[in-house]
Amino acid sequence: MRRAELITAIVLALFSIYVMWKSSELNVGYISGEGPGGGAWPFWLAAVMLISTGFIAFNWARRTSPPSQSGEPLLDSYGRKMLLMVGGGILGFVALVNVISMYGAMLVFLIYYLRFLGRHTWRLTLAVSILTPVIFFIFFEALMRITLPKGMKFLEPLFNWLNTLIY
Amino acid sequence: MEIISHLADGLWLSVQPVNLLMIIIGVTVGLFIGAMPGLGSVNGVAILLPITFLVPPASAIIFLAAIYYGAMYGGAISSITLGIPGASTAVATTFDGRPLALQGRARLALVIAAIASFAGGTVSVVLFTGFAPLLASVALSFGPPEIFALMLLAFATFVGLGSDDIPKTIFSICVGLVLAAVGYDEISGAPRLVFFGIPGFLHGVNFLVLAIGVYGIGEMIWTIDSTRGKISSTEADMTIKGTVEDARECVQRGWKGMTIGSLLGFFVGILPAAGATPGALMAYGVAKMLSRNPKAFGHGHPNGVSAPESANNSASTGSMLPMLTLGIPGSPTTAILLGGMVIWGLTPGPRLFIDQPAFVWGLIGSFYVSNFFALVVNLAFIPLFIWMLRMPFTILAPMIFVLSVVGGYAATTDMHDVWLMLGFGLGAFILRKLDYPLAPAVLAIVLGPLAEQSLRQSLLMSQGEMSIFFTRPLSLIFLICGAALFCTPFVIAWRRRERSAVATEIAE
Repeated sequence: MRRAELITAIVLALFSIYVMWKSSELNVGYISGEGPGGGAWPFWLAAVMLISTGFIAFNWARRTSPPSQSGEPLLDSYGRKMLLMVGGGILGFVALVNVISMYGAMLVFLIYYLRFLGRHTWRLTLAVSILTPVIFFIFFEALMRITLPKGMKFLEPLFNWLNTLIY
Repeated sequence: MEIISHLADGLWLSVQPVNLLMIIIGVTVGLFIGAMPGLGSVNGVAILLPITFLVPPASAIIFLAAIYYGAMYGGAISSITLGIPGASTAVATTFDGRPLALQGRARLALVIAAIASFAGGTVSVVLFTGFAPLLASVALSFGPPEIFALMLLAFATFVGLGSDDIPKTIFSICVGLVLAAVGYDEISGAPRLVFFGIPGFLHGVNFLVLAIGVYGIGEMIWTIDSTRGKISSTEADMTIKGTVEDARECVQRGWKGMTIGSLLGFFVGILPAAGATPGALMAYGVAKMLSRNPKAFGHGHPNGVSAPESANNSASTGSMLPMLTLGIPGSPTTAILLGGMVIWGLTPGPRLFIDQPAFVWGLIGSFYVSNFFALVVNLAFIPLFIWMLRMPFTILAPMIFVLSVVGGYAATTDMHDVWLMLGFGLGAFILRKLDYPLAPAVLAIVLGPLAEQSLRQSLLMSQGEMSIFFTRPLSLIFLICGAALFCTPFVIAWRRRERSAVATEIAE
């Protein structure tokens, strides 16, 4: 964790500098008689962020914060595998939304998670994975009239037919 | 006696069928959310806020407030039976609740938690009813400088009472404020902080995108990583006769903790940004300090359960007070409620009491009713909640992820925000592992627009003179309180060093 603490502080410091630079597209100075310009507020906040990361790095060097004393890795083999499987799963879920619609992506994600990560039975997996999108569809499309992404063109006939059921 | 007639109207409103239904569903959902390790009131409110657009605003906020209440009760269930706090607000409950359960007295601990929660909720809601209209009328005279000073006080509270790493807390606050500044500059109308020129940033970063990312995705991954699926629970034998006996023992042996927790919790809750977690921890500390037998704490002392449990309920009600009267949230959960009120077209703050009395008093009335139902549902269904706690996390977690993705989309109906939320979630997981507190960022993104606006309006009023914040008495008082809170951890650290230096000198 010791190395991760420093790397994170450096990344956050770079982000702070980027925000300061980006804020300076607007006036970051003090307009006399009027107060700060449009970019001053985020500019000075980012400056405080930069100073904070400096202190975090200072505490790292003095080894006063708990992560900077810890010899453990940020992610052990379990953590790395978990992050890859769970985080990757959600990433795939979001990426699929524009292809096979929110409902389709939900179905695929739940089957993946329940069956392959949770090792539940096929019966439970399919029951949860099919019921969830149906409930979401009824709730969002029929009750709240909020339309969720419908994916690519080839799914249009399916959703047109579903819409005739609820409208 | 205007208050009593308002309150009667409010109580009447809150027992209308729709609202009553919302209360009962809300406390039940809240109890469940509170009981599940890894989910607390703030997660529940953040994830479920997007789906409350179905009902009118008054019913929606009653529902969310009921979740908040229920979660305060529910947190104790897993603290006691699993030894894992169900929510951060119930951390202090594990100190004595878990030892009681291990001694075979899980039922006593659960009953104490329920009764203490009820006591805390009731005392605080009575105080709330008395204080709220008074504070609202004082707050009517607030101008932009007072509001900005109050914001600084809120952020100083995080540094002073948060007990987290100070530079990391300050970083978290500033990140939240910067994210709130994305979009357009309100005064000149120029696009601002459009990162990498991506047009999705033009409409700003919605607070729900950050809140759901942090609490729906980041915290869930963190929980999976830290518990590793290994959880063992203690049974509790819930018979009616046993419950009644334990209730008697609770009142006899736990009344002191309840009194301390109810009163202290309320006042900590009122402090902007403090909320139920520091409230519960402080109540535990004070109850231990004032006890005749402080050594018994940590080994299953009834007051060690009743103090934090009454305090977290009391503080959750207390934290609604600044939210409704000043427009400044008293806790991370109320920060999300505040954001929700803005979405519903209600402007939180003192005008609310004048413009929307039915809404305000309906909500206050619902506190009384929710509190009652939370006690009843909690005591009646403890065995069911313990059974549900054995539900594998691999079913709950994917459902939370699905709700988060859908909720993130529904907030703005833009896929850009779903990707952003996912990014925040993964980033939050890493930061959480490295002890960065994230609640300050969520609070700051909600307060950000008002903070900047009040700062710039003040400076326009004074033609650019910073002295405006120090020459107005109320604003000066807030700034002094804020500075005192900000300095507290430094003073404590310095005194500790001083004392240990003296100790080593004596030893030598």
